[in-house]
Parts: sequence; structure tokens; C-alpha cells
Amino acid sequence: MMRSILFALSVLGAILGIVPSLFAQEGIAPPARSAQTFNPEISLDGLFSAATFSDPDHLQFGAHDPNKRGFTLQNLELTLAGNVDPYFRGEAHLIFGLEDGESFIEVEEAFLTTLSLPYGLQVMGGQFFTRFGRQNPLHPHVWDFADQNMINTLMFGGDGLRSPGVQLSALLPLPFYLELIGSAQNAEGETATSFLFAPEETFAGRPILERDVHDEGDLLYLGRIKTSLDLSESVTLVAGTSHLFGPNGTGENTSTRIHGVDLFVKWKPLTADHGWPFVTFQGEAMRRSYEAGEAALDDGTVLSEETFANDGFYIQSLYGFARRWVAGIRYEQADATDPVDPASGERWRASSNLTFYPSEFSKIRLQYNYDNSDDRDDPIHAVFIQYAFLIGAHGAHTF
Amino acid sequence: MRPIFLFASFLLTLQIARPVEAAPVNVVTTTEDLAAIAKEVGGERVEVESLAKGVQDPHFIEAKPSFMLKLSRADLFVQVGLELEQAWVGPLLLGGRNGKIQSGAPGFVDASRGITALEVPAEPIDRSAGDVHLQGNPHIWLDPMNGKQIARNIAEGLKRVDPKGAAEYDRNLADFSTRIDAALSRWQERMKPFEGAKVITYHNSWPYFLKRFGLVAAGYIEPKPGIPSSTSHMREVIALIPREQVKVILMEPYFSDQAPKFLAEKTGAKVVPLPPSVSASAGINDYFDLFDLLTNRLAEALR
Ligand SMILES: [Zn+2]
Repeated sequence: MMRSILFALSVLGAILGIVPSLFAQEGIAPPARSAQTFNPEISLDGLFSAATFSDPDHLQFGAHDPNKRGFTLQNLELTLAGNVDPYFRGEAHLIFGLEDGESFIEVEEAFLTTLSLPYGLQVMGGQFFTRFGRQNPLHPHVWDFADQNMINTLMFGGDGLRSPGVQLSALLPLPFYLELIGSAQNAEGETATSFLFAPEETFAGRPILERDVHDEGDLLYLGRIKTSLDLSESVTLVAGTSHLFGPNGTGENTSTRIHGVDLFVKWKPLTADHGWPFVTFQGEAMRRSYEAGEAALDDGTVLSEETFANDGFYIQSLYGFARRWVAGIRYEQADATDPVDPASGERWRASSNLTFYPSEFSKIRLQYNYDNSDDRDDPIHAVFIQYAFLIGAHGAHTF
Repeated sequence: MRPIFLFASFLLTLQIARPVEAAPVNVVTTTEDLAAIAKEVGGERVEVESLAKGVQDPHFIEAKPSFMLKLSRADLFVQVGLELEQAWVGPLLLGGRNGKIQSGAPGFVDASRGITALEVPAEPIDRSAGDVHLQGNPHIWLDPMNGKQIARNIAEGLKRVDPKGAAEYDRNLADFSTRIDAALSRWQERMKPFEGAKVITYHNSWPYFLKRFGLVAAGYIEPKPGIPSSTSHMREVIALIPREQVKVILMEPYFSDQAPKFLAEKTGAKVVPLPPSVSASAGINDYFDLFDLLTNRLAEALR
């Protein structure tokens, strides 16, 4: 039922996208602007790091993590954005990467957002990060830590969960902020880990099948509720729950569900000097149930249907204690160490970092991780130095 | 007659009998200064709210979800423009999903329209010059004459979204302009004895104000816009103060007073806190109060 509704919404969204004039407000004139601002906003973010680990065989699985001893290009991201016309805003994020000396380009995100649908509705279409929780939609250059959370990497893979699709959201006409978000996206490819893609050829011993989209049941669906309250003029809370449903590749009808809750609280006095001081608290917890299908293996063993469940969380806090300086701590726990095998042991990790912002357009970060996993004798110590720059259009500050 | 029809006709009568009371036009502005001017122009027909509070630095406002909610209900949105709010207005307008107030729509007002911006970079410039505003200095509301143009822009916007109130808006606008003219001669009179006086300011927020009242910025505490002071820059400013006969150091209340105080100690110049916005401190309830306080406080400090 839920799936059919979301599918219908996605079709509706696509139609709205094709015939915007039907739904646009009356009397919108094309924006009058100088020739200069007709150009899209262009910016380039560069994110580099130097890393060292106490054990070369460490546990950094994120594709944008500092994941080797020595230097890493974590992310080089070209962003183009601008209003397309009075009805749409367009945004594209292209990633340039380096792997073993080879350069590559990736379409991280490229999507349209409607500007003027009635009833607080908004449709987004294209290739985009699934709006699950707080961390998944964030680009690496705005992460508060040098590496991705364990639980996000575990559930959504090294690149985060993103795929082509369509999203419909509504801001409800209530006295407080309540947003409902639903999306339908493709479930295959490297950026849909936990669904039709597995990082290895097998999952819990079962081979991963090539599974095409037969019907609407083979897409990936998100339902999210997000709310926000201003507890005072200087304290704001944002909370949400996210639910994902999608197919996985261990059988013809097997599916994966991921549920999550997230909380964010920020304190910043009204009289903050250039944005300082401030304190934030953020936490997310997720639980996945992965239904693995029946499989007859080549050696004659038969694996029966089985559902694997695992969960984990992170909590983190940032303290902007003096202008340009931010200290952070993070604690994470998950009941798996290896994204391909949820049955492996318990892992916890504690991180602390210190970031210096010479200006809004650059940062230098020092981070230490203490990484403890049940299936290892010794914990892993990791130290990262990260540096980032932004050139071009002033980035928007999201809350 | 069946009770249901009776009830329906009762409702209908109620509907007809009630005087037609138009809902107020919901105006949301980015700053309190724009809100104060919108109240002058809108009068009884509007309800005005500012996203930023007067005590806040308008460059650094949080794009809070509650602000999106406010924008989702707005009939008219007014921003200062000239990239003052560029870090936070974009996400708010997008998140508010209100077609009436998107850039280019009838309910969108850029207050800087028709105002000649000062300090538009003459040559190509990049961020090694700090966080400069490429379209010119955005602190336009600090010249009362610009206030009149802002009021004109807001009146045009109000007439677009509420044509029925056109006559009232025109009346209010004319009245506001007349009162500004009268007050301006009072403020200029007050500042006249100090013509040509040199001051140090913290951020480059005051060029419109200084120009209007014949004062000169001899230097800034920020070596470049948005860049904190360094020891070598402080040394330069310390040398400059006696050379240029600077008597006062102006600072916006939201900046740290550390550097201004240090300068004052070293040179004997006076630190004068100047609230650059309506409602930034007690007693500044409207646009006129703002200039009353600014000119009074400056005149006293420069005496
Ligand atoms: Zn400025």
C-alpha cells in the first residue's frame, strides 16, 4: 500500500515537473537581474588529508575517508547552482577523485527543485542523496569530522545513499515546523548499498543476483518526518524519523528495511560574534533488517531464508569556544565491523578533533580516533590532519 | 423547514452579515530596519516580522526551520540585498516553498533597488581581499535618504500584493518621506560641528552613515572584511590614530570589544558602541529613534 502511494506520488511529481506552468502561481515575472548574476553560482571545494594508523589494516570504509597512511584527496567537488526559471532551481555537484593515481569524475548530485508549488509542496527530481537522517545528505566538505560515521558507512556504503529518483515533500500549515518527505529512487548501483548492491559478490554466504526493476516494488522508498522547535531564541531543536524500504539482491523477492531517528540541538546566543560561540549536539540511531533469500550453493549446501538485523548509533557534540575555533567529540557504536557481513562483532569508536577556520572559506582540522573492534586484539589509533578550501560562490549555510 | 436547512441559512446569514475584514498583509523582512520601514509604509494594513533581531549581525543569521515556516506564510518578503544575506536567505526561500515571494515574484522586494551602492569594486577582485561584497557595501539603511528609497521599494511591493491598499500606502510613504526630510535636517544640524572628523570603525558597516553626516573612516579594526585583526594591523592602526587625530572607535555591539579596548588603551581614543539597527538596544523602537541615538551618541563622543 505504502509503496503504491509513493509510486503514485512519484509519477505525480514527474508530471508536475513536466508541466510546471499549470501549477505555477499567477503573475510570476521572470526575475529581473543584472547580466552578471545570470551566471550560475559556481564553487569548488577541495578536501585533503594526511593520515596515519597504528595498524595499516584499519577499518575506514568510507570512500571519502582518509583511508590510507599518507595523503588522500578526500573530495574535490564542483558545484553549479542557480534558478532555472521562475519554477525551478537547479543544482549539480560533480566529484573529481583520484584513486591509485587514476583520476575519475562522479555525478554526486544533480537535481531540480520546484520553487512555487501550492500547499507547501515541493518536488525534487534527478540524482540526489536520500534525505535519510542528518548525515547522509551532507557533502564531505561540510562534515564535522574528518571521516564518515561508522553507522552511516555500514548502512549506506562508502559514498552514502544516493540514486536517481524523485522526492515529494510538504511543509504542513501548523504552528510549528513539520515536514513530510517521501521519495522513490533506483535501488541499484554502488550508491545503494544494503539494497540491490552489496559491496562484495555475496551477502551472508548468498550470491548477489542481477535484479532488474520489474515493477514499482523494485524501487527504493523513503518516508521521513522532520520537525523543529525553537526552545528559546538561542536554542533550536530538529528531530526526525526516517524509514527506508527497498529490494535487496539475495533473492527475487527479498527486501531490506532501515529505520532511523535523529536529533540535533544547537545553542548560539543572538549576539554571537561572527557565529561564535556555539554548542551543538547531534545523534542518530539506525536499525536495519536485511532479509536474505534462500540460496542453493555450488557445493550442495542450501541456505534457508533468514533475516539479519543490526543497529548502531553515533552521538557527537561540537563546541565553538572561540572565534574561528571548534572542538568536537564523537562516540559511535555498531554491532558489525564489516559492511559485508553483519554477523561479525561489536565495534565502538571514540573521536575528538579541533578545527581552525582561517575564514569561512578554509579550514584545518586535527582528529584522533580510538577504534575498538571485538574481532581485533588491539584497538586502532588513527590521526588525521585535514585541510579544505572553497573558491567561488559563497556557500549557503543550512541549519 | 428541516433543521439542516435552517442551520445552513443561519450560517449563510452570518457570512453575509459579517463586515468584510481583510486579513492583514503578512510581511517578513530579513532585518529590523526593513521591518521598521515596512511598518511606516504598511500602517494598519500589514503585519510585519523580522527574521534577524536587531542585536544580531545580519551577515550571520541561522537558516532555522522556523524561519522557513514564516516565509511559507508571507505575502511579501523584503531583503536588504547586495549580498548581505547571501549566506542564509537562499536556503530559507527554497525551504519556504512560497511561490509568492521567490526572487522575481510580485511578493519579493530587494530593498537596495534604485540605491547607488558605495564601494563597488572598480577592478576585478578576489577573496584575498576578505569577504567583500562584489555588488557594493550592503549597509545601505544607515543613510536616512536611502531609507526613503527603501520605503519606496516596499510601497511598490505592497501595492503589487495588495492593490486595494495602494492609496493608503502612497499616503504613508509620502508622510514617511516628509518626516525623514524634517528629521534629517535636525540630525545634520547636530552633526555639523564635527564635519570632517575621522573615526575608526570595526567592520566596514558605516560608509553610508559617515558620508551622509560628513565623517571619514580613517581605518578599520578588521584588516579586511570578515578577517580578524592581527598584531601588525593593530600596530598600523595605533600609529594612525594620533596621526589622523581620531577621537573615537566605533563598534557594533555584537563584535568582541577586545581589540577596540586595546586600541583605546594604547591611544586614548574613546570606544563608542553604536547599534547599527532598530531594536538593537533599548529605546530604538523605530527608524527615527535609530538616527536620534546614533547622532546623539556620536555628537557627545566627538565633542
Ligand atoms: Zn558587511
